[in-house]
Amino acid sequence: MRELSAPRGSWVIAASYLVALILTVWPLPQWAEVFRPAWVPLVTIYWCLWLPERVGVIIAFFAGLLVDALSGTLLGEHALALVMVAWVALWMHLQVRVFPWWQQCVVILGILALHGLVLFWVDGMLGYTAGAAMRWVPALVSAALWPWILQIMSRSQQRYHVG
Amino acid sequence: MAVFRRQRSPQLFSSRPAGALRTLLMIGISIMLMVYDHETGRLKQIHAALATLVWPVQVIVDAPHSLMTWAGDKLATHRTLVTENEQLKSRLLQEDATLQQFAALQQENQRLRGLMQAAAQVSGRVSAATILSAALDPFRHMVVIDKGTHDDVYEGQTVIDAYGIVGQVTRADPLASEVTLISDPGQAIQVEVNRTGLRTLAVGDADLSELTLPYVTNSADIKEGDLVVTSGLGGHYPAGYPVGVITHFERDPAEPFAHVLARTAADLSSGHEVLLFWPAQPPPETELSPKPASSIKAAPKSGKKRP
Repeated sequence: MRELSAPRGSWVIAASYLVALILTVWPLPQWAEVFRPAWVPLVTIYWCLWLPERVGVIIAFFAGLLVDALSGTLLGEHALALVMVAWVALWMHLQVRVFPWWQQCVVILGILALHGLVLFWVDGMLGYTAGAAMRWVPALVSAALWPWILQIMSRSQQRYHVG
Repeated sequence: MAVFRRQRSPQLFSSRPAGALRTLLMIGISIMLMVYDHETGRLKQIHAALATLVWPVQVIVDAPHSLMTWAGDKLATHRTLVTENEQLKSRLLQEDATLQQFAALQQENQRLRGLMQAAAQVSGRVSAATILSAALDPFRHMVVIDKGTHDDVYEGQTVIDAYGIVGQVTRADPLASEVTLISDPGQAIQVEVNRTGLRTLAVGDADLSELTLPYVTNSADIKEGDLVVTSGLGGHYPAGYPVGVITHFERDPAEPFAHVLARTAADLSSGHEVLLFWPAQPPPETELSPKPASSIKAAPKSGKKRP
Protein backbone atom coordinates (compact mmCIF):
# COMPACT_ATOMS: atom_id res chain seq x y z
CA MET A 1 0.00 0.00 0.00
CA ARG A 2 2.91 2.34 0.66
CA GLU A 3 4.18 1.94 -2.89
CA LEU A 4 0.96 3.47 -4.19
CA SER A 5 1.19 6.69 -2.24
CA ALA A 6 4.09 7.72 -0.09
CA PRO A 7 3.07 8.34 3.53
CA ARG A 8 2.44 12.01 4.08
CA GLY A 9 2.18 14.14 7.15
CA SER A 10 4.03 11.94 9.60
CA TRP A 11 4.89 15.10 11.50
CA VAL A 12 1.17 15.67 12.19
CA ILE A 13 0.97 12.28 13.89
CA ALA A 14 4.14 13.04 15.85
CA ALA A 15 2.85 16.50 16.79
CA SER A 16 -0.47 15.06 17.97
CA TYR A 17 1.41 12.69 20.26
CA LEU A 18 3.63 15.51 21.52
CA VAL A 19 0.58 17.59 22.40
CA ALA A 20 -1.04 14.58 24.07
CA LEU A 21 2.09 13.96 26.15
CA ILE A 22 2.27 17.60 27.21
CA LEU A 23 -1.39 17.55 28.23
CA THR A 24 -0.78 14.31 30.12
CA VAL A 25 1.72 15.95 32.47
CA TRP A 26 0.32 19.50 32.43
CA PRO A 27 0.03 20.57 36.09
CA LEU A 28 -3.51 20.56 37.43
CA PRO A 29 -4.79 21.30 40.92
CA GLN A 30 -4.89 18.24 43.14
CA TRP A 31 -8.67 17.82 43.00
CA ALA A 32 -8.76 18.04 39.19
CA GLU A 33 -6.11 15.39 38.75
CA VAL A 34 -8.56 12.48 38.45
CA PHE A 35 -10.60 14.29 35.79
CA ARG A 36 -7.66 14.51 33.41
CA PRO A 37 -8.68 12.89 30.09
CA ALA A 38 -6.55 10.03 28.84
CA TRP A 39 -5.02 12.10 26.03
CA VAL A 40 -2.52 9.61 24.65
CA PRO A 41 -5.08 6.76 24.38
CA LEU A 42 -7.53 9.16 22.69
CA VAL A 43 -4.95 10.17 20.08
CA THR A 44 -4.00 6.52 19.59
CA ILE A 45 -7.64 5.53 19.10
CA TYR A 46 -8.17 8.28 16.54
CA TRP A 47 -5.18 7.31 14.41
CA CYS A 48 -5.94 3.59 14.71
CA LEU A 49 -9.50 4.19 13.52
CA TRP A 50 -8.70 6.50 10.64
CA LEU A 51 -5.18 5.59 9.64
CA PRO A 52 -4.81 1.95 10.66
CA GLU A 53 -2.09 1.25 8.10
CA ARG A 54 0.13 3.95 9.60
CA VAL A 55 -0.54 3.82 13.32
CA GLY A 56 -0.89 0.51 15.09
CA VAL A 57 0.30 -1.45 18.06
CA ILE A 58 3.98 -0.63 17.53
CA ILE A 59 3.52 3.13 17.66
CA ALA A 60 1.13 2.62 20.58
CA PHE A 61 3.82 0.62 22.37
CA PHE A 62 6.47 3.32 21.99
CA ALA A 63 4.02 6.08 22.94
CA GLY A 64 3.25 4.03 26.04
CA LEU A 65 6.93 3.78 26.91
CA LEU A 66 7.19 7.58 26.71
CA VAL A 67 4.16 7.92 29.00
CA ASP A 68 5.82 5.51 31.43
CA ALA A 69 9.02 7.53 31.41
CA LEU A 70 7.07 10.75 31.93
CA SER A 71 4.69 9.63 34.63
CA GLY A 72 7.05 7.48 36.66
CA THR A 73 5.17 4.24 36.26
CA LEU A 74 6.69 0.83 35.75
CA LEU A 75 8.35 0.62 32.34
CA GLY A 76 5.86 -1.18 30.11
CA GLU A 77 2.72 -0.46 32.11
CA HIS A 78 1.23 2.21 29.86
CA ALA A 79 2.83 0.47 26.88
CA LEU A 80 0.78 -2.64 27.60
CA ALA A 81 -2.40 -0.64 28.15
CA LEU A 82 -1.91 1.32 24.93
CA VAL A 83 -1.16 -1.80 22.90
CA MET A 84 -4.50 -3.19 24.10
CA VAL A 85 -6.21 0.08 23.17
CA ALA A 86 -4.66 0.08 19.69
CA TRP A 87 -5.50 -3.56 19.20
CA VAL A 88 -9.20 -3.13 19.98
CA ALA A 89 -9.37 0.07 17.93
CA LEU A 90 -7.76 -1.64 14.91
CA TRP A 91 -10.01 -4.63 15.29
CA MET A 92 -13.19 -2.50 15.30
CA HIS A 93 -12.13 0.34 13.05
CA LEU A 94 -14.39 -0.54 10.11
CA GLN A 95 -17.50 -0.67 12.27
CA VAL A 96 -16.70 2.30 14.48
CA ARG A 97 -16.05 4.64 11.55
CA VAL A 98 -19.66 4.44 10.40
CA PHE A 99 -21.17 4.66 13.87
CA PRO A 100 -23.05 7.83 14.86
CA TRP A 101 -21.12 9.97 17.33
CA TRP A 102 -22.91 8.79 20.46
CA GLN A 103 -22.28 5.16 19.58
CA GLN A 104 -18.62 6.02 19.02
CA CYS A 105 -18.57 7.55 22.48
CA VAL A 106 -19.82 4.28 23.95
CA VAL A 107 -17.11 2.34 22.13
CA ILE A 108 -14.46 4.81 23.31
CA LEU A 109 -15.76 4.42 26.84
CA GLY A 110 -15.38 0.67 26.54
CA ILE A 111 -11.86 0.87 25.14
CA LEU A 112 -10.74 3.34 27.79
CA ALA A 113 -12.32 1.23 30.51
CA LEU A 114 -10.11 -1.60 29.28
CA HIS A 115 -7.15 0.82 29.36
CA GLY A 116 -7.96 1.76 32.94
CA LEU A 117 -8.46 -1.87 33.86
CA VAL A 118 -5.01 -2.84 32.59
CA LEU A 119 -3.40 0.02 34.52
CA PHE A 120 -5.40 -0.85 37.64
CA TRP A 121 -4.43 -4.48 37.30
CA VAL A 122 -0.71 -3.70 37.08
CA ASP A 123 -0.95 -1.10 39.87
CA GLY A 124 -2.87 -3.58 41.99
CA MET A 125 -0.08 -6.12 41.63
CA LEU A 126 2.36 -3.45 42.76
CA GLY A 127 0.17 -2.61 45.76
CA TYR A 128 -1.21 0.71 44.51
CA THR A 129 -4.85 0.09 45.26
CA ALA A 130 -5.64 3.48 46.80
CA GLY A 131 -8.23 5.58 45.00
CA ALA A 132 -9.68 2.63 43.11
CA ALA A 133 -13.13 4.21 42.91
CA MET A 134 -11.78 7.14 40.89
CA ARG A 135 -10.14 4.96 38.25
CA TRP A 136 -13.15 5.13 35.93
CA VAL A 137 -13.38 8.90 35.86
CA PRO A 138 -10.74 9.48 33.14
CA ALA A 139 -12.55 7.03 30.82
CA LEU A 140 -15.86 8.84 31.34
CA VAL A 141 -14.35 12.29 30.82
CA SER A 142 -12.46 11.13 27.73
CA ALA A 143 -15.51 9.48 26.17
CA ALA A 144 -17.52 12.64 26.77
CA LEU A 145 -14.81 14.67 25.03
CA TRP A 146 -14.63 12.33 22.04
CA PRO A 147 -16.86 14.34 19.62
CA TRP A 148 -14.59 17.39 20.00
CA ILE A 149 -11.40 15.36 19.76
CA LEU A 150 -12.79 13.77 16.61
CA GLN A 151 -13.54 17.19 15.09
CA ILE A 152 -10.13 18.65 15.91
CA MET A 153 -8.21 15.59 14.79
CA SER A 154 -10.08 15.00 11.54
CA ARG A 155 -9.84 18.68 10.63
CA SER A 156 -6.10 18.69 11.12
CA GLN A 157 -5.83 15.42 9.26
CA GLN A 158 -7.66 16.87 6.26
CA ARG A 159 -5.91 20.18 6.44
CA TYR A 160 -2.42 18.68 6.38
CA HIS A 161 -3.38 15.80 4.07
CA VAL A 162 -2.19 13.09 6.40
CA GLY A 163 -2.54 9.81 4.60
CA MET B 1 -5.31 -14.84 0.68
CA ALA B 2 -7.99 -14.17 -1.88
CA VAL B 3 -10.23 -12.88 0.84
CA PHE B 4 -7.64 -10.43 2.06
CA ARG B 5 -6.90 -9.25 -1.44
CA ARG B 6 -10.56 -8.53 -2.04
CA GLN B 7 -10.81 -6.60 1.22
CA ARG B 8 -7.71 -4.66 0.45
CA SER B 9 -9.00 -3.00 -2.74
CA PRO B 10 -9.83 0.33 -1.05
CA GLN B 11 -6.42 0.73 0.57
CA LEU B 12 -7.57 2.32 3.77
CA PHE B 13 -9.76 -0.59 4.76
CA SER B 14 -7.17 -3.30 4.94
CA SER B 15 -7.02 -5.40 8.03
CA ARG B 16 -3.59 -6.92 8.01
CA PRO B 17 -3.26 -10.58 8.92
CA ALA B 18 -0.01 -9.81 10.77
CA GLY B 19 -1.92 -7.72 13.31
CA ALA B 20 -2.66 -10.44 15.84
CA LEU B 21 0.89 -11.76 15.86
CA ARG B 22 2.34 -8.29 16.18
CA THR B 23 -0.08 -7.43 18.99
CA LEU B 24 0.82 -10.56 20.91
CA LEU B 25 4.49 -9.77 20.42
CA MET B 26 4.09 -6.23 21.75
CA ILE B 27 2.01 -7.47 24.70
CA GLY B 28 4.73 -10.00 25.45
CA ILE B 29 7.47 -7.37 25.28
CA SER B 30 5.48 -5.03 27.57
CA ILE B 31 4.95 -7.72 30.17
CA MET B 32 8.60 -8.77 30.01
CA LEU B 33 9.70 -5.15 30.43
CA MET B 34 7.44 -4.73 33.44
CA VAL B 35 8.58 -7.92 35.11
CA TYR B 36 12.23 -7.19 34.44
CA ASP B 37 11.92 -3.57 35.55
CA HIS B 38 10.11 -4.55 38.73
CA GLU B 39 12.15 -7.57 39.72
CA THR B 40 15.63 -6.33 38.95
CA GLY B 41 15.32 -2.58 38.40
CA ARG B 42 18.14 -2.98 35.90
CA LEU B 43 16.70 -1.13 32.95
CA LYS B 44 18.57 2.04 33.84
CA GLN B 45 19.93 2.68 30.36
CA ILE B 46 16.51 2.40 28.73
CA HIS B 47 15.09 4.59 31.47
CA ALA B 48 17.82 7.17 31.01
CA ALA B 49 17.36 7.20 27.24
CA LEU B 50 13.58 7.57 27.53
CA ALA B 51 13.92 10.24 30.21
CA THR B 52 16.24 12.24 27.96
CA LEU B 53 13.73 11.83 25.15
CA VAL B 54 10.86 13.22 27.22
CA TRP B 55 12.97 15.90 28.92
CA PRO B 56 11.79 18.58 26.41
CA VAL B 57 8.19 17.79 27.33
CA GLN B 58 8.96 18.39 30.99
CA VAL B 59 10.70 21.66 30.14
CA ILE B 60 7.75 22.82 28.02
CA VAL B 61 5.30 21.95 30.79
CA ASP B 62 7.39 23.75 33.37
CA ALA B 63 7.93 26.81 31.13
CA PRO B 64 4.87 28.84 32.22
CA HIS B 65 5.81 28.53 35.87
CA SER B 66 9.47 29.36 35.42
CA LEU B 67 8.50 32.22 33.10
CA MET B 68 6.18 33.62 35.76
CA THR B 69 8.87 33.32 38.41
CA TRP B 70 11.37 34.99 36.12
CA ALA B 71 8.96 37.78 35.22
CA GLY B 72 8.11 38.21 38.89
CA ASP B 73 11.79 38.65 39.66
CA LYS B 74 12.29 41.11 36.84
CA LEU B 75 9.21 43.18 37.57
CA ALA B 76 9.59 43.33 41.34
CA THR B 77 9.76 46.93 42.46
CA HIS B 78 12.52 48.42 44.51
CA ARG B 79 10.12 48.85 47.41
CA THR B 80 9.11 45.16 47.54
CA LEU B 81 12.71 44.08 47.29
CA VAL B 82 13.71 46.30 50.19
CA THR B 83 10.82 45.03 52.30
CA GLU B 84 11.65 41.43 51.47
CA ASN B 85 15.30 42.07 52.24
CA GLU B 86 14.39 43.51 55.64
CA GLN B 87 12.14 40.57 56.41
CA LEU B 88 14.81 38.09 55.41
CA LYS B 89 17.43 39.88 57.50
CA SER B 90 15.30 39.83 60.62
CA ARG B 91 14.48 36.19 60.02
CA LEU B 92 18.14 35.37 59.58
CA LEU B 93 18.87 37.08 62.89
CA GLN B 94 16.21 34.99 64.62
CA GLU B 95 17.50 31.82 63.04
CA ASP B 96 21.04 32.70 64.07
CA ALA B 97 19.91 33.16 67.65
CA THR B 98 18.24 29.74 67.58
CA LEU B 99 21.31 28.21 66.01
CA GLN B 100 23.57 29.43 68.82
CA GLN B 101 21.55 27.34 71.19
CA PHE B 102 21.50 24.51 68.67
CA ALA B 103 25.30 24.34 68.53
CA ALA B 104 25.49 24.04 72.31
CA LEU B 105 22.73 21.41 72.32
CA GLN B 106 24.41 19.45 69.57
CA GLN B 107 27.66 19.33 71.50
CA GLU B 108 25.85 18.26 74.61
CA ASN B 109 23.99 15.61 72.65
CA GLN B 110 27.21 14.24 71.16
CA ARG B 111 28.80 14.13 74.60
CA LEU B 112 25.81 12.31 76.04
CA ARG B 113 25.74 9.92 73.13
CA GLY B 114 29.43 9.33 73.68
CA LEU B 115 28.69 8.50 77.31
CA MET B 116 25.97 6.13 76.22
CA GLN B 117 28.26 4.74 73.52
CA ALA B 118 25.56 5.36 70.98
CA ALA B 119 26.16 6.13 67.34
CA ALA B 120 26.70 9.77 66.52
CA GLN B 121 23.99 11.63 64.63
CA VAL B 122 24.50 11.74 60.92
CA SER B 123 25.27 15.13 59.53
CA GLY B 124 25.71 16.02 55.92
CA ARG B 125 25.48 18.62 53.23
CA VAL B 126 22.40 19.74 51.38
CA SER B 127 21.79 21.28 47.99
CA ALA B 128 18.65 22.94 46.66
CA ALA B 129 16.61 21.56 43.78
CA THR B 130 13.44 22.74 42.09
CA ILE B 131 10.37 20.59 41.59
CA LEU B 132 9.29 20.65 37.95
CA SER B 133 5.59 21.23 37.59
CA ALA B 134 5.00 18.14 35.42
CA ALA B 135 2.22 16.04 36.93
CA LEU B 136 2.93 12.36 37.29
CA ASP B 137 0.62 9.41 37.69
CA PRO B 138 -2.28 10.60 39.88
CA PHE B 139 -2.31 7.39 41.89
CA ARG B 140 1.31 7.68 42.93
CA HIS B 141 2.83 10.52 44.87
CA MET B 142 5.91 11.44 42.90
CA VAL B 143 7.56 14.59 41.68
CA VAL B 144 10.35 15.32 39.23
CA ILE B 145 13.21 17.55 40.31
CA ASP B 146 15.65 19.38 38.07
CA LYS B 147 18.81 17.68 39.38
CA GLY B 148 20.11 14.37 38.13
CA THR B 149 23.15 12.15 38.23
CA HIS B 150 25.11 15.08 36.75
CA ASP B 151 24.68 16.76 40.13
CA ASP B 152 25.61 13.61 42.08
CA VAL B 153 22.02 12.68 42.82
CA TYR B 154 21.77 8.98 43.59
CA GLU B 155 18.93 6.54 44.04
CA GLY B 156 17.74 6.26 47.61
CA GLN B 157 18.88 9.77 48.43
CA THR B 158 16.89 11.62 51.07
CA VAL B 159 14.98 14.72 49.98
CA ILE B 160 13.90 17.26 52.60
CA ASP B 161 12.43 20.72 52.61
CA ALA B 162 12.53 23.53 55.15
CA TYR B 163 10.04 21.71 57.39
CA GLY B 164 10.89 18.03 57.21
CA ILE B 165 11.32 14.88 55.18
CA VAL B 166 9.85 15.03 51.66
CA GLY B 167 10.78 11.59 50.36
CA GLN B 168 13.55 9.77 48.59
CA VAL B 169 14.95 9.69 45.08
CA THR B 170 13.60 6.57 43.42
CA ARG B 171 15.13 7.13 40.03
CA ALA B 172 18.08 9.27 39.10
CA ASP B 173 18.33 10.11 35.42
CA PRO B 174 21.08 12.30 33.98
CA LEU B 175 19.13 15.57 33.88
CA ALA B 176 16.26 14.99 36.29
CA SER B 177 15.29 12.67 39.08
CA GLU B 178 12.10 11.19 40.33
CA VAL B 179 11.31 11.64 44.01
CA THR B 180 8.74 9.43 45.69
CA LEU B 181 7.07 11.33 48.51
CA ILE B 182 6.66 9.79 51.95
CA SER B 183 2.89 10.06 51.45
CA ASP B 184 3.01 7.63 48.50
CA PRO B 185 0.88 4.55 49.18
CA GLY B 186 3.91 2.36 48.48
CA GLN B 187 6.25 4.09 50.92
CA ALA B 188 6.96 3.34 54.55
CA ILE B 189 9.33 5.32 56.72
CA GLN B 190 10.91 4.35 60.02
CA VAL B 191 9.86 6.92 62.60
CA GLU B 192 9.92 7.57 66.29
CA VAL B 193 7.68 9.72 68.41
CA ASN B 194 9.86 12.58 69.57
CA ARG B 195 8.26 12.88 73.03
CA THR B 196 8.45 9.25 74.06
CA GLY B 197 10.92 7.59 71.71
CA LEU B 198 8.30 5.09 70.59
CA ARG B 199 9.45 3.60 67.31
CA THR B 200 7.10 2.57 64.57
CA LEU B 201 6.43 2.86 60.85
CA ALA B 202 4.65 5.64 58.99
CA VAL B 203 3.00 4.55 55.75
CA GLY B 204 1.61 6.72 52.98
CA ASP B 205 -2.00 6.59 51.85
CA ALA B 206 -4.15 8.18 49.16
CA ASP B 207 -4.03 11.62 50.81
CA LEU B 208 -1.07 13.77 49.76
CA SER B 209 -0.42 15.33 53.16
CA GLU B 210 -1.33 12.45 55.43
CA LEU B 211 0.47 9.43 56.81
CA THR B 212 -0.91 6.39 58.59
CA LEU B 213 0.87 4.79 61.55
CA PRO B 214 -0.62 1.31 61.32
CA TYR B 215 1.44 -0.46 64.00
CA VAL B 216 0.81 1.56 67.14
CA THR B 217 -0.69 -0.51 69.94
CA ASN B 218 -3.78 0.60 71.81
CA SER B 219 -1.72 0.97 74.95
CA ALA B 220 0.90 3.21 73.36
CA ASP B 221 1.65 6.59 74.90
CA ILE B 222 0.85 8.87 72.00
CA LYS B 223 -1.40 11.86 71.63
CA GLU B 224 -2.50 14.41 69.10
CA GLY B 225 0.13 17.05 68.44
CA ASP B 226 3.09 14.73 69.04
CA LEU B 227 5.97 15.31 66.67
CA VAL B 228 7.11 12.28 64.70
CA VAL B 229 10.72 12.24 63.51
CA THR B 230 12.82 9.81 61.49
CA SER B 231 14.42 7.12 63.62
CA GLY B 232 17.19 6.37 61.15
CA LEU B 233 16.52 2.65 61.40
CA GLY B 234 17.03 0.82 58.18
CA GLY B 235 19.56 3.37 57.08
CA HIS B 236 17.39 4.94 54.41
CA TYR B 237 16.74 8.26 56.07
CA PRO B 238 18.98 10.24 58.42
CA ALA B 239 17.73 10.21 62.02
CA GLY B 240 16.04 13.09 63.75
CA TYR B 241 14.31 14.89 60.88
CA PRO B 242 10.65 15.83 61.31
CA VAL B 243 8.21 13.59 59.45
CA GLY B 244 4.85 14.75 60.70
CA VAL B 245 2.55 15.69 63.53
CA ILE B 246 -0.04 13.30 64.96
CA THR B 247 -3.48 14.59 64.06
CA HIS B 248 -5.66 11.68 65.03
CA PHE B 249 -5.33 8.95 67.63
CA GLU B 250 -8.18 6.58 68.26
CA ARG B 251 -8.05 3.46 70.38
CA ASP B 252 -10.05 0.59 69.02
CA PRO B 253 -10.26 -2.30 71.51
CA ALA B 254 -11.52 -4.62 68.80
CA GLU B 255 -8.34 -4.20 66.78
CA PRO B 256 -4.78 -5.06 67.73
CA PHE B 257 -3.57 -1.61 66.72
CA ALA B 258 -4.86 1.89 67.22
CA HIS B 259 -5.97 4.15 64.38
CA VAL B 260 -3.28 6.83 64.10
CA LEU B 261 -2.93 9.52 61.46
CA ALA B 262 -0.26 12.17 61.02
CA ARG B 263 0.00 15.27 58.88
CA THR B 264 3.30 15.53 57.03
CA ALA B 265 5.67 18.17 58.33
CA ALA B 266 7.03 18.90 54.86
CA ASP B 267 4.90 20.93 52.48
CA LEU B 268 4.19 18.17 49.98
CA SER B 269 1.22 19.61 48.14
CA SER B 270 2.40 23.09 47.20
CA GLY B 271 6.13 23.19 47.80
CA HIS B 272 8.35 24.06 44.88
CA GLU B 273 11.83 24.03 46.37
CA VAL B 274 13.38 20.98 48.02
CA LEU B 275 16.78 20.12 49.44
CA LEU B 276 18.83 17.08 48.51
CA PHE B 277 20.72 15.53 51.41
CA TRP B 278 24.17 13.93 51.20
CA PRO B 279 25.23 12.23 54.42
CA ALA B 280 28.79 13.12 55.46
CA GLN B 281 29.65 9.52 56.18
CA PRO B 282 27.83 6.27 55.51
CA PRO B 283 24.96 5.91 57.99
CA PRO B 284 26.10 4.04 61.12
CA GLU B 285 24.51 0.83 62.26
CA THR B 286 21.58 2.32 64.02
CA GLU B 287 19.94 -1.04 64.50
CA LEU B 288 22.30 -1.71 67.37
CA SER B 289 21.50 1.42 69.34
CA PRO B 290 21.11 0.73 73.07
CA LYS B 291 17.48 1.80 73.43
CA PRO B 292 15.06 -1.03 74.22
CA ALA B 293 13.67 -2.24 70.94
CA SER B 294 10.39 -3.41 72.43
CA SER B 295 8.47 -0.58 70.86
CA ILE B 296 9.20 -1.70 67.33
CA LYS B 297 6.02 -3.31 66.14
CA ALA B 298 7.11 -4.34 62.69
CA ALA B 299 10.33 -5.65 61.32
CA PRO B 300 12.34 -2.99 59.49
CA LYS B 301 11.35 -3.19 55.88
CA SER B 302 14.70 -3.46 54.25
CA GLY B 303 17.15 -3.10 57.05
CA LYS B 304 20.39 -2.79 55.17
CA LYS B 305 23.34 -3.00 57.50
CA ARG B 306 26.34 -1.12 56.37
CA PRO B 307 29.78 -1.63 57.86
